[in-house]
Amino acid sequence: MTVARFWRETPRRYNLGGNRCSACSTVYFPPRAVCPTCQTHRQSLGKMEPFTLSGDGEVYSFSVVHEGAEGFEMQVPYVLALIKTPEGPLLTGQVVDITPADVHIGMRVHAAFRKLREDGRAGVIHYGYKFAPSRESGASEPTASPASQEALARAAARTART
Amino acid sequence: MREVAILGIGQTKFGELWDRSFREIGIEAGFAALQEAKLSSKDISALYLGNMASGSFIEQEHIAPLILDYAGLAGHHLPAIRVEAGGASGAVALHQAYLAVASGAHDYVVVGGAEKMTDVPEDVQTDIANASADQEWETVFGATLPSLWALIARRHMHDHGTRREDFARFPVLAHEMGSKNPLAHFRNKVSLDQVLEGSPVAQPLGVMDCAPASDGASALVLGPLEKAREHTDTPIRICASQVACDTLALQHRKDITTVEATRLAAQVAFRHAKRTPADVQVAEIHDAYSISALLALEDLGFCPKGGVGKALAEGTVGPPGARLAINSSGGLKAQGQPFGAVGVAQVAEVVRQLRGEAKERQVAGAQVGLTHNLGGTGATSVVHLLERAT
Repeated sequence: MTVARFWRETPRRYNLGGNRCSACSTVYFPPRAVCPTCQTHRQSLGKMEPFTLSGDGEVYSFSVVHEGAEGFEMQVPYVLALIKTPEGPLLTGQVVDITPADVHIGMRVHAAFRKLREDGRAGVIHYGYKFAPSRESGASEPTASPASQEALARAAARTART
Repeated sequence: MREVAILGIGQTKFGELWDRSFREIGIEAGFAALQEAKLSSKDISALYLGNMASGSFIEQEHIAPLILDYAGLAGHHLPAIRVEAGGASGAVALHQAYLAVASGAHDYVVVGGAEKMTDVPEDVQTDIANASADQEWETVFGATLPSLWALIARRHMHDHGTRREDFARFPVLAHEMGSKNPLAHFRNKVSLDQVLEGSPVAQPLGVMDCAPASDGASALVLGPLEKAREHTDTPIRICASQVACDTLALQHRKDITTVEATRLAAQVAFRHAKRTPADVQVAEIHDAYSISALLALEDLGFCPKGGVGKALAEGTVGPPGARLAINSSGGLKAQGQPFGAVGVAQVAEVVRQLRGEAKERQVAGAQVGLTHNLGGTGATSVVHLLERAT
């Protein structure tokens, strides 16, 4: 994936920026230009307002992946899940900081900023959301590793500049 | 709209055809279909070619005129149109051709489906296949097509009490039928234990739950039903051709345990044909993954939600001899999965069944058949209903 193609989606992938239809209040992630829920699409055109997801959610379904997607080969086995957010949207992402065998439907998770993959040894590193068990689900506190905290700081600095 | 019939079918062997090029297999299938229909190339007024990803697999785009050219037809300057709809490309090509003949725009058209997948290594094949999922919001986070179907499977088990064994039966059935199909990619039989113990791909799915990457091509000749008897003693009428679409990404569906596009395409197809699921004796359903076959039986209306395991165990759905015979060709799992060719080959198999030419795979007295072809996780679903013309 080229730098520009990944970079233009960073507000969504780094900060869970979606949007909401001002006509019917349905929340979308990723953001949409028109609201598919409203009876006539035209009434939502130009009326979609920014809305940031809280990052909370619960596991709606999951799979332990042994044959990884491109760029994920070194991470197998990893847990891929659909996460149901309280705001409405389902998100596709990995569940991390937990033994795959302990993941279950209904488990509460929270979005964490992590490294997704890299384009080879010298290529661009992609960051975005993964999901870690929430504190109240009994697991240890999901803390970002020093490396990803550093990346988060760099990303925040970059976002501030642009 | 006038009635449309299938006058001829053609199909190459499916498999790893390392000695054969894309253009070779494309024209072989087309010529075979024309020969059956007692038509020559100059009688054809259009070519519709289903293909998912030639640009990625063989670095060749613009393939419809290429096949037309190597079929010796470039001089006739016919319209040759490529149709892409992920794994449903073949059936959508048929749908377009059907509309062209039904509307009277064309009399005789060739529908081809072809894919050459084994000119790239296996990991590249997988990445290309994953491109029919959403590259920005699914695969970028580590999703693969089998893992998305695994999410469907897990939720289906949770919501509807489906057991692992219920969908593990589909590959067993597919290989049993593949062993009787000389064109099939896989001719070996497999046991339920082999499916259950297959190396994991995306749990609960293992390697035996997933259809292979294959090379292959298939073709049909369509024409107006009123002229069909001039070409064949056994014209097959297309009684319904329906395409329905849904969100590309699984995460935007209201209920991931139902492929809504399939449910709607089937509902409308049955209504148009004035038929019900109970009228169908033979069906080719999209078993790219074992779980996709399970959902198909529910969404097409053959089994109630959560009832597929019981239907397979009791034998009401199964190999020829069951009340509903499914995937007598071996399906995508055993006959093979050359993406663009799949939807066309499914129809070719149902045509063989309705003509009574399926040999040791024959479903006795088959009168009405159905085909079901999917793209990705169900963003495109195509249903065709076919019957022997009287």
